[in-house]
Amino acid sequence: MVQIFIDGKAVEVEEGITIIQACEQAGVEIPRFCYHEKLSIAGNCRMCLVEMENSAKPVASCAMPVADGMKVKTNTEMVIKARKGVMEFLLINHPLDCPICDQGGECDLQDQAMAYGSGIGRYVEQKRAVKDKHLGPLIKTHMTRCIHCTRCIRFSEEIAGNDQLGTLNRGEDTEITSFLEKSIDSEMSANVIDLCPVGALTSKPYEYLARPWELKKTQSIDVFDAVGSNVRIDSKGDKILRVLPRINEEINDEWISDKTRFAYDGLNHQRIDRFYSRNADNKLTEDSTDNVFNILKDKIINVSKNKIASIVGNSLDCESIFAFKLFLDNLDAKNYECRQDDSYFIPNERSSYIFNSKISGIDESDVCILIGADIKKEAPVLSSRIRQRYVNFEKTYPIFRVGIESKTIFKTIELGSKSNSLRKLNEKKNKDILLKSKKPIFILGQGAMCSKDAEGIFNFSLELHNKFTSKTSWNGFNILQNYSGRVGALDLGFYNKKYTSNKSIKDDIYNEKFEILFLLSADEIDFDRIPDKTFVVYFGHHGDRAVKRADLVIPISCFTEKEGIYVNLEGRPQISRQVKLPLPSVDDFSVVLKKISKFVNINLGYSNPQELRELMLKNFNHISKVNNITESKLPKERKIKNAFLNSEITSSVNNFYMTDSVSRNSPVMSECSMNFYKT
Amino acid sequence: MGNNFKKIANEELQPDNFSFSNENLLKAKDIVKMYPKNYRESSIMPLLSMAQSQNDGWLPKKAIEYVSKFLNVPEMKVLEIATFYSMYNLSPVGKHHIEICTTSPCMLRGSDNLLEKLKNWIGINTGEITDDNKFSLNRVECLGACVNAPVVKINENYYEDLDLQSFEELINKLSNNKNVKMGPQSSRKGSEPKK
Repeated sequence: MVQIFIDGKAVEVEEGITIIQACEQAGVEIPRFCYHEKLSIAGNCRMCLVEMENSAKPVASCAMPVADGMKVKTNTEMVIKARKGVMEFLLINHPLDCPICDQGGECDLQDQAMAYGSGIGRYVEQKRAVKDKHLGPLIKTHMTRCIHCTRCIRFSEEIAGNDQLGTLNRGEDTEITSFLEKSIDSEMSANVIDLCPVGALTSKPYEYLARPWELKKTQSIDVFDAVGSNVRIDSKGDKILRVLPRINEEINDEWISDKTRFAYDGLNHQRIDRFYSRNADNKLTEDSTDNVFNILKDKIINVSKNKIASIVGNSLDCESIFAFKLFLDNLDAKNYECRQDDSYFIPNERSSYIFNSKISGIDESDVCILIGADIKKEAPVLSSRIRQRYVNFEKTYPIFRVGIESKTIFKTIELGSKSNSLRKLNEKKNKDILLKSKKPIFILGQGAMCSKDAEGIFNFSLELHNKFTSKTSWNGFNILQNYSGRVGALDLGFYNKKYTSNKSIKDDIYNEKFEILFLLSADEIDFDRIPDKTFVVYFGHHGDRAVKRADLVIPISCFTEKEGIYVNLEGRPQISRQVKLPLPSVDDFSVVLKKISKFVNINLGYSNPQELRELMLKNFNHISKVNNITESKLPKERKIKNAFLNSEITSSVNNFYMTDSVSRNSPVMSECSMNFYKT
Repeated sequence: MGNNFKKIANEELQPDNFSFSNENLLKAKDIVKMYPKNYRESSIMPLLSMAQSQNDGWLPKKAIEYVSKFLNVPEMKVLEIATFYSMYNLSPVGKHHIEICTTSPCMLRGSDNLLEKLKNWIGINTGEITDDNKFSLNRVECLGACVNAPVVKINENYYEDLDLQSFEELINKLSNNKNVKMGPQSSRKGSEPKK
């Protein structure tokens, strides 16, 4: 700790931090443009100048480390004049187009010009104009507004890891662009929109739609992947206009993926807002609620209960899953499943399906082993976190990878794509690295957990993990889930133990073992293989793959139209908030289920969503600890019976931009996928 | 500055591919060896210079991609450097690329006059290239040879101590493909005091 004086006040701060950070801790505001706490220091905007005793010139506080006894002044004549001067220079080439700029109202330059600028400009010469750049379907550019803070460049290099942005030319001719104006090929690219302190980089889909002060801001969480990024959903009237990240250092820092940010527009397309039933001509036609419920009732009553199969979708909240389970348990129809991909896990062992080290554990780890995890597409936010770890480790952080080759944003040691390649970790060269490490993390992706060798890979990795992390309390054995609803569904026990990763419920469905198939927003099974005789009931909010085969379609509200708990891949329950009302004549699933239960004479034990949640939390105590993770012990090692089948470990996500019914129906996401997945 | 040779050339002027000649390839490998392994970026500048002289004095896009691949550094890093320094040209130049210094010492020794006359002799403005591709002309900042001002750089050589007569002679010789003498065009051998 060192003692420094800020405006005459003594402050104890940590050694090695810079003046701007010390001022922040002391509660003194320093204006800045290029400085950003999550990025490296550039020191090129000069807005953060402060006066330092024994220095003739003002110093850039973002780049100057603190020293014992340093005396800093932030409100003297010199500082005020310096800020005015810098501001005037920055505004020389900045256009006065605030009234038509999307950044207006939330613009750092605008705010700081008001607070620290001189109010008038003396510049009468010609301003420069810069050609706008093409940076892809998400980022709109207005390069004349750019003040060259280089935040976007540093972000791409350090966090997104794609090195496509840079500065061309120099001096007055400086321009920021991507190499030959190619679209920025990164799942995290749109974060530069938030980072840009001016209106140079703005959001294309949000172009000219609203002013920040008109928006209703809802603090919610993301459901497009299992990370559970914290987001703020901005809406105007009944429409969601944009999604922004909220800072949560434990989960997503302050970044979100492009899918999280832009897939919301899928919520306005292809929505199911009416009841449908299949008529005699085998055509899906609109029907009345009572008719549909009566058909359903006849079907349910006249069928033996073990002939009913139920599957829940990937992005559902716990309440819906729990209500559905209550309903099916009461009906005694216990053939239910939440894993449309037959991912491997051990029933009742929570640590066999969650990210045990927690996301923040990545920052402590010293070796990373990725097994069948195409992490760049499966969880871009985590991928960036690993990259940050890799960059902070002077790029000597070893990352091993088993699985089919795919792009990563860090350097990896490729071991091979077959499951047998896992044994290479026991070879001397690799073993030495692992033996030296104290906190290795193993990340088992769905590519591995859905492969034929899942059980073998799981046990082999667990054995390796325990071998290399003896004697510490470190738990770095992680499963990377892909879907926001999966951990919740497994926690709630929405599975039948007789179905394992080798014996799938889907095979029974395809082999005509069932007469009724309930699908709760489940769209990822092969609908062509469902036998014609099976009666398919689909509850959902999007007319996606399932409706082509469904015999009854019952509309339910989607995640922005209700409040619900989601458990992220770490096992952290978080609450997703209601942003808008459901579509007219559409109800929440729990309400729909309540109505159906009356038709078939079942008492579900709740009368409204609030009671449903209370009932659920009473039964599953750990979900009630919102934002906290309940620790769980690693499963016991099991001896591996057979050698690996040596199957190929593939990637579990083909197209990052289209992974569920919402993103598949989003125009912005389809534009992205056309742009980045050209075949 | 308005340096037209710093603009990336149009697509029709870009060659289909670029690679180092065998001789340059050996040199390049030696250059890379000069720097520590984790500072491969250090070799960008010498490699770009070599690529430029191999490709008639300018760098096509393919050369930038080639150097980036050769060193395994991002393409953007190479392009940043190629656009930052005025010595790299990104569009075709004439056989004799004339860079005339007009910074203070040269100006005081009459470079403005030389430039005006030169424009008449070869019939082009700065940033342009003659129809027969023989000459291209550019105005540059200090070439660092003020003691022999005024100075003109043609391709990789300096021509110093110029006056109207010697400059015209020089340009005439170049346009008639005759050999020319590098360095001072006066009685001086180097930068010693005039006798």
